[in-house]
Amino acid sequence: MEIGREGVINIVVAVALLAIPFAAVVLDETFYITLATRMAILALAAVGLNFALGLGGLVSFGHAAFFGLGGYAAGILATHAFNAEPLLLWPIEILGSNSMPVIWLTAIAISALVALPIGAISLRTTGVYFIMITLAFAQMIYYFAISWPAYGGEDGLSIYVRNGFPGVNTLNPLTFFLICYTLLIVALFLFAVFKDSRFGAALQAARQNETRVAAVGIAPYRIRLAAFVISAAIAGLAGALFADLNRFVSPSMLSWQMSGELIILIILGGTGRLFGPVAGAMIFVLVEYFLGGITERWQFFLGLTLLVVVLFARGGFIGLVAGRTRHE
Amino acid sequence: MTLALFIEQLLNGIQLGVMLFLMAAGLTLIFGVMGLINLAHGSFYMIGAFACAAVAAATGSFWLGLAASLAAAALVGALVEMTVIRRLYERDHLDQVLATFALILIFSEGTRWLFGSFPLYLDIPQVLSGTIDLPGGSRYQLYRMAIIGVGVAVAGGLYLLIARTRLGMRIRAGEADREMIGALGVDIRTLYTVVFALGAALAGLAGAMVGALQSVQVGMGEPVLILAFVVIVIGGIGSIKGALIGAILVGVVDTMGRFLLPQFFISFMGPSQGTAVGSALASMLIYILMALILAVRPSGLFAAKG
Amino acid sequence: MKKLIAAGVVGLSLGISGLASAESIKVGMITTLSGGGAGLGVDVRDGFMLALKNAGNTEIEVVTEDDGQKPELAVQIADKMVQSEKVDLLTGIIWSNLAMAVVPGVVQQDILYLSPNAGPSALAGAMCNKNYFNVAWQNDNLHEAMGAYANDAGYKKAYILAPNYPAGKDALTGFKRYFKGDLAGETYTQLGQTDYAAEIAQIRASGADAIFFFLPGGMGIAFMKQYAQSDVGLPVLGPAFSFSQDILGAVGDAALGVKNSSQWSKDIDNAANKKFVESFQAEYGRLPSLYASQGYDTANLIIAAASKASVKDKDAFRAAVKEAEFESVRGDFRFGNNNHPIQDIYVREVVKEGDVLTNKIVGTAFEDHQDAYAAECKM
Repeated sequence: MEIGREGVINIVVAVALLAIPFAAVVLDETFYITLATRMAILALAAVGLNFALGLGGLVSFGHAAFFGLGGYAAGILATHAFNAEPLLLWPIEILGSNSMPVIWLTAIAISALVALPIGAISLRTTGVYFIMITLAFAQMIYYFAISWPAYGGEDGLSIYVRNGFPGVNTLNPLTFFLICYTLLIVALFLFAVFKDSRFGAALQAARQNETRVAAVGIAPYRIRLAAFVISAAIAGLAGALFADLNRFVSPSMLSWQMSGELIILIILGGTGRLFGPVAGAMIFVLVEYFLGGITERWQFFLGLTLLVVVLFARGGFIGLVAGRTRHE
Repeated sequence: MTLALFIEQLLNGIQLGVMLFLMAAGLTLIFGVMGLINLAHGSFYMIGAFACAAVAAATGSFWLGLAASLAAAALVGALVEMTVIRRLYERDHLDQVLATFALILIFSEGTRWLFGSFPLYLDIPQVLSGTIDLPGGSRYQLYRMAIIGVGVAVAGGLYLLIARTRLGMRIRAGEADREMIGALGVDIRTLYTVVFALGAALAGLAGAMVGALQSVQVGMGEPVLILAFVVIVIGGIGSIKGALIGAILVGVVDTMGRFLLPQFFISFMGPSQGTAVGSALASMLIYILMALILAVRPSGLFAAKG
Repeated sequence: MKKLIAAGVVGLSLGISGLASAESIKVGMITTLSGGGAGLGVDVRDGFMLALKNAGNTEIEVVTEDDGQKPELAVQIADKMVQSEKVDLLTGIIWSNLAMAVVPGVVQQDILYLSPNAGPSALAGAMCNKNYFNVAWQNDNLHEAMGAYANDAGYKKAYILAPNYPAGKDALTGFKRYFKGDLAGETYTQLGQTDYAAEIAQIRASGADAIFFFLPGGMGIAFMKQYAQSDVGLPVLGPAFSFSQDILGAVGDAALGVKNSSQWSKDIDNAANKKFVESFQAEYGRLPSLYASQGYDTANLIIAAASKASVKDKDAFRAAVKEAEFESVRGDFRFGNNNHPIQDIYVREVVKEGDVLTNKIVGTAFEDHQDAYAAECKM
């Protein structure tokens, strides 16, 4: 396989993200590990969204719903484990858990299960309608989370002890970063495989020309639904990790601003690019971090930065550095 | 529950709907003519409210403030269209979402920069204070009645504008075929600026009128923006008629839901739990409505085009 | 006199550490400086900085950052301040949900957190922590005071409303804890709701003789304006949040005559408060709000503790904070077992002084009031 210019940049981005926490250890700046972990987790969520948005052209403005659901899966399981209360007694007894693999699987399963009906209804619409109906579903879940008192409502839910992973000490920031980073790389690998698979090809073809795909006997609806569900599942996994990073989950993870932020990450990095979400997350977290430290009017300058990027740097960061792809 | 209370709540729903219509009309026009998703539309609502409050405080006249709100929102709208929005028409929805999201941040923080962090004061004009009597023994606030009146007048005005004037003809032509009207020698750039400024002015008007009822503060536009999007999606994007009906539907369903749902649940769950469940469901109600409508009619009730 | 002796004993027992007070202290302030809720954060910060200036204190270095009222961002900033800025203590958070996100993690790392505003019930009860001090109030306090006042004022049937979120439920619970009359209605509104026509119509139909509401920020402004424009005309009661100096200007004459509860008012008669109010006006050109008073007290508490113990000696410094030997602008102030204030809570009335709307004290709802969760705290 030939490594093109984009491939080189991808490797640089991946190495750069991996290098931050190690540099932090050398410089004794623990916080940069936290920052890098945040980048990796947001990137993972955005890679998830990229399955729907980048490959399928499905602009979901409601992915915060799945991100937040994953977070709540982690928060709720951990709380029940912490308090040693079973989650459910009947018909089967379900206990809480503070084991990351269990939490991850639950987050993935819940997000996928919720995404299935949401996708099934939303995918009947197209264009702006799709953007808005996904937003509507996310808002529903958001308001539900705020007004449902059992798990903290608007106050959210604290996770007092970071959940564990067999054989490693997750309390060590570097270890936790490596867990998140590994999952990110796995997701990127899945994305690359998926993109070049027949399934992925059909999805991309459906984005470009729906009638032609339908004509060769592939149902675009089913393919899109599958992509939407996979996309939600990965976002849910990222949400579970995010909850563990913050030791906390709250309805603001479900807010429309969060959905917007995930979209921003993808566009910043480069829509449809394999490493677009990673580059986007790194840039966004860094800009937010530095501007926030410099001025209390950071949101103004964040807005200006985003505006300049969208107006003058088409194709995002990777598009800028690697040049246009063939089909653009 | 008395009939008087029911009528009053119904009017409240209509008033909310009319206010949403002022927001939604601009959004749907801008989408219909230019194909643009404008998340920053809520910012014009905020700009209108701040302009009205500032001018009313300086001059003591609500009416001058109202004029200022129209002027300020239209002016800012035109400026933004010429500097930023214009570059987005040929882009996909994704870029539009990001760019106008960025504009929200800029406008919100810019407004706070100009006016400070504390909410501003704006009250309803003296002439419109007080209530009027309605049949059935109920009373209704005059100012809210006036808002309903303004909304109806704007709806009528927009109808005439689009159906009867040269500008309206061009707007309709633009909705039908964007390339064609350029070929016919219509100055599209000016047309787009005018339509955008018109939409912004309507949002500014809504902000000013509602600002007198609520709190004039940074970030006031975004909740309304989300509701306005729900409205245009329910009504069918690009359709003024759809926006009007969608707005009234959303206004009435939201108000009646908040009013009736808690009572309904209290009747069999008891006051404390019933209120909680009813309120929770009420806050989700319009989104459920929207999902139901789109599930049955994927392009809204009165889709102008797909 | 007792206090003086106690202070002397502490001073003696700490010995050398008293000398170390000239060392610098780094305070991290995470607060809301953007968006609709920025006014509260600005007031807390301004009050805090003013106290440092008035005390001529140059040892305390303050690092301020805006949380944008987002819990995730607040957590990130807290991590940054602890791990990167290496702050000695944290303060500044305005909102309960942000406090719930940040505080448990921070105090676990043995960092002191002094709350200048939010006081969620969980942190006062079972989750209380030796490193967490609340310098404002427990969330229920002001609502409880209004419940007690409603009895004194002879109201028999109150209509109560609050947003549908934990602080809103705490508020109504707090009111009901002390109110002995009946409820004409209990309504939970949507968080961020700005139109209350529907609720006001229900209030009119309910046959209530008073209204108690907790609607912070823009929600309260909207409610009061719309309520005044309606012709319901029942007496309104509320906590200070909807009648504090930062938003009274926006509510306008609609607020005139409303009774509200607060642990602070600008007319509390003591030297510290006089100096605070005067210097605040001189410095910032506006009247202070209760949030500013809380920021001011927080800073003075830190200054007082630093004069007794080195911030590097965690146990000694924590003990010095708990002593609370500072001139609070609200008069008497001490910490209960759960590190929450035991203090008087006043009833204020909104009045007009010249053209300016402000509050004056008309009564005392509670003396030396302690929150209801203290017993659940095992400290």
